[in-house]
Amino acid sequence: MKLTTKLLAATCIVSVSAASAVELEVTHWWTSGGEAAAVSKFAEAWNATGNTWLDGAIAGAGGTARPIIISRILGGDPMAATQLNHGRQSEELIEAGLMLDLTEVAEAGGWRDVVNPSSLLDSCTLDGRIYCVPVNIHSWQWLWLSHAAFEQAGIDVPTNWEEYVAAAPALEEAGILPLAMGQQSWQQSGAFGVMAIALAGEEAWRAVHVDRDEDVAGGPEYARVFESAVTARDMASGSNVQDWNQATNMVITGQAAGQIMGDWAQGEFQIAEQVAGEDYSCLPGLGEAAILDTGGDAFYFPVNSDPEVTAAQLELAALMISPEVQVAFNLAKGSLPVRGDIEMSAANACMQKGLEILADGNILPTGDMLFTPDTQTQIEELMAEFWTSSMSAEDAQSRYVSIIAAAD
Amino acid sequence: MDAAKRPNKLFRNLNSKIASIPMILTVLVVFVGGTTWTVVHSFTNSRLLPRLDFVGLDQYERLWSSSRWMISIQNLAIYGICSLILTLVIGFALAACLDRKIRGEAVFRTIFLYPFALSFVVTGLAWQWILNPDFGMQSVIRDFGWTSFAFDPLNNPDIVMYGILIAGIWQGSGFIMVVMLAGLRGIDEDIWKAARVDGIPTWKTYVVIIIPMMRPIFVTALVLIASGIIKLYDLVVAQTNGGPGLASEVPAKYVINYMFQAQNLGQGFAASTMMLVSVIIILIPWAYLEFGGKKNG
Repeated sequence: MKLTTKLLAATCIVSVSAASAVELEVTHWWTSGGEAAAVSKFAEAWNATGNTWLDGAIAGAGGTARPIIISRILGGDPMAATQLNHGRQSEELIEAGLMLDLTEVAEAGGWRDVVNPSSLLDSCTLDGRIYCVPVNIHSWQWLWLSHAAFEQAGIDVPTNWEEYVAAAPALEEAGILPLAMGQQSWQQSGAFGVMAIALAGEEAWRAVHVDRDEDVAGGPEYARVFESAVTARDMASGSNVQDWNQATNMVITGQAAGQIMGDWAQGEFQIAEQVAGEDYSCLPGLGEAAILDTGGDAFYFPVNSDPEVTAAQLELAALMISPEVQVAFNLAKGSLPVRGDIEMSAANACMQKGLEILADGNILPTGDMLFTPDTQTQIEELMAEFWTSSMSAEDAQSRYVSIIAAAD
Repeated sequence: MDAAKRPNKLFRNLNSKIASIPMILTVLVVFVGGTTWTVVHSFTNSRLLPRLDFVGLDQYERLWSSSRWMISIQNLAIYGICSLILTLVIGFALAACLDRKIRGEAVFRTIFLYPFALSFVVTGLAWQWILNPDFGMQSVIRDFGWTSFAFDPLNNPDIVMYGILIAGIWQGSGFIMVVMLAGLRGIDEDIWKAARVDGIPTWKTYVVIIIPMMRPIFVTALVLIASGIIKLYDLVVAQTNGGPGLASEVPAKYVINYMFQAQNLGQGFAASTMMLVSVIIILIPWAYLEFGGKKNG
């Protein structure tokens, strides 16, 4: 009897508080140290408005989380908001009318004018309507180098890919792994993508990714990329960590000399209290070509039947892109803000480099925006096989060409 | 005559027939209906959402030219053959040992059966740690002084399937042992006595008399093991997630990845249809031999 009363009382309290504040469940796959610190900035800002942020972190990378998120939306159990990489992944969900139209909020907030580069907003747009909030810009094109490792090997920290490759034998002699590489296919194909932009050059890259030009994919520019990938594979042999942050940790501790990884690795360096330029260096575009792709994370708001939740969803969308939240979030995450009109003076040396490249307009759209997940999966498969076997550069290239030829 | 007989037959055991209606509906709607739907959609170019836009055999052509699918099939064959033989042999051997009326039988039975209480995910994670070269078995044995000892299957593409096999057998053989033990207990004590009177050695009694008598038990065990093999997925995901590279990919993982990660339902359905076809190819001759023979004879 007593327990029942207590339970009843508890239910009353819960329902009363639910009436005054809306609880929104937000799913995302930001679970490493730096990422979790960043997402808590969103949660703090949202809780400060009197509402409740119900954190729905899904462990594992995007490849694990996306199927869970999509099947929940398709299965009629939508969350209030969810992270997805904008691009073609959500195309069909929007076409099926499962995503909330944010156009009014976007117009009220003037997103068209403040979002830089505007391609981020374009990939949120379908038939002139806006369906997602870009929250950060991520670029893959970074080579992270450990100063301690190069010091131990007695060589200067390299400033480009060629120097880095030349330093590999000395590093190995000193017992340091030249290149840390997580044994997951998205990391391997990501690193390959970085080499493609940096070593084949922007023109060839565009021909392959935008125009699907088979001749260029099979041509000499890409042959150089595949040969470098073979070199990188040799440099990374002996790296048996799985997750990207474990590989980053090898660079932080000086067990490995470098890692090709996106700018989200920066958050890990920050958590470890390392200083850019002193403890570690970053080379955008492998030090060869300072071009960044502008992928990023975006939040989508699945359509919900509760009007109160819908109102709160729109409110959250506006909050995520507001200047203060953008600064706090991106400083913690190590990514670049989506707004061109905010002051990022607190950013460290590496982020400043990124901001400069962004301001100069040396940007490319990301693979997520240009290829379907189907094509991406095929490329990842090829890379997974390539990195763990002794597949020759020619074989890999010819299979790459056939994937590009079949891409839609 | 016939017309009068037919309703009779239909209404015989009416209660049990009514009771089985939910299951019959489940079979028809979920299994048969779902399977048909999947097979039909495997001939379309469905992406994230299913749609009926037929493209003929394109998905199958792509499937069979995909090196990942070929690797998956080879891996399943390796795992399947090894797991089938080893689980049966180990399961029967353990059961026969326990059946010799040893002391502390209940304790051993519990120990051997315990792994079966764990899910494949837990099994996979536990064995991932045990086989981890830096923390698990390899480092323990090296700490004992055998410093050149190397056993690192999960990071070696050539033998990674055997690393998964170890975990699978560890998990499954205890259950098969219990099934076998039940079968052995069902053998009449008099048969043992008769064999002893005739002076037949124990091992020969097992091979010539007991095992043939346990045929139904072996068939049950076979079905249990085989269904575990074809759906092998969670163990791989927990232990290696298909790695290193594609070295431990399996067909079920191909299906899931293409349906949800690659957002290519058509390709995933084509792969799952091929899995179904392979099961049917094995099942039909067997069912014909097992059940068809009796009716005729």
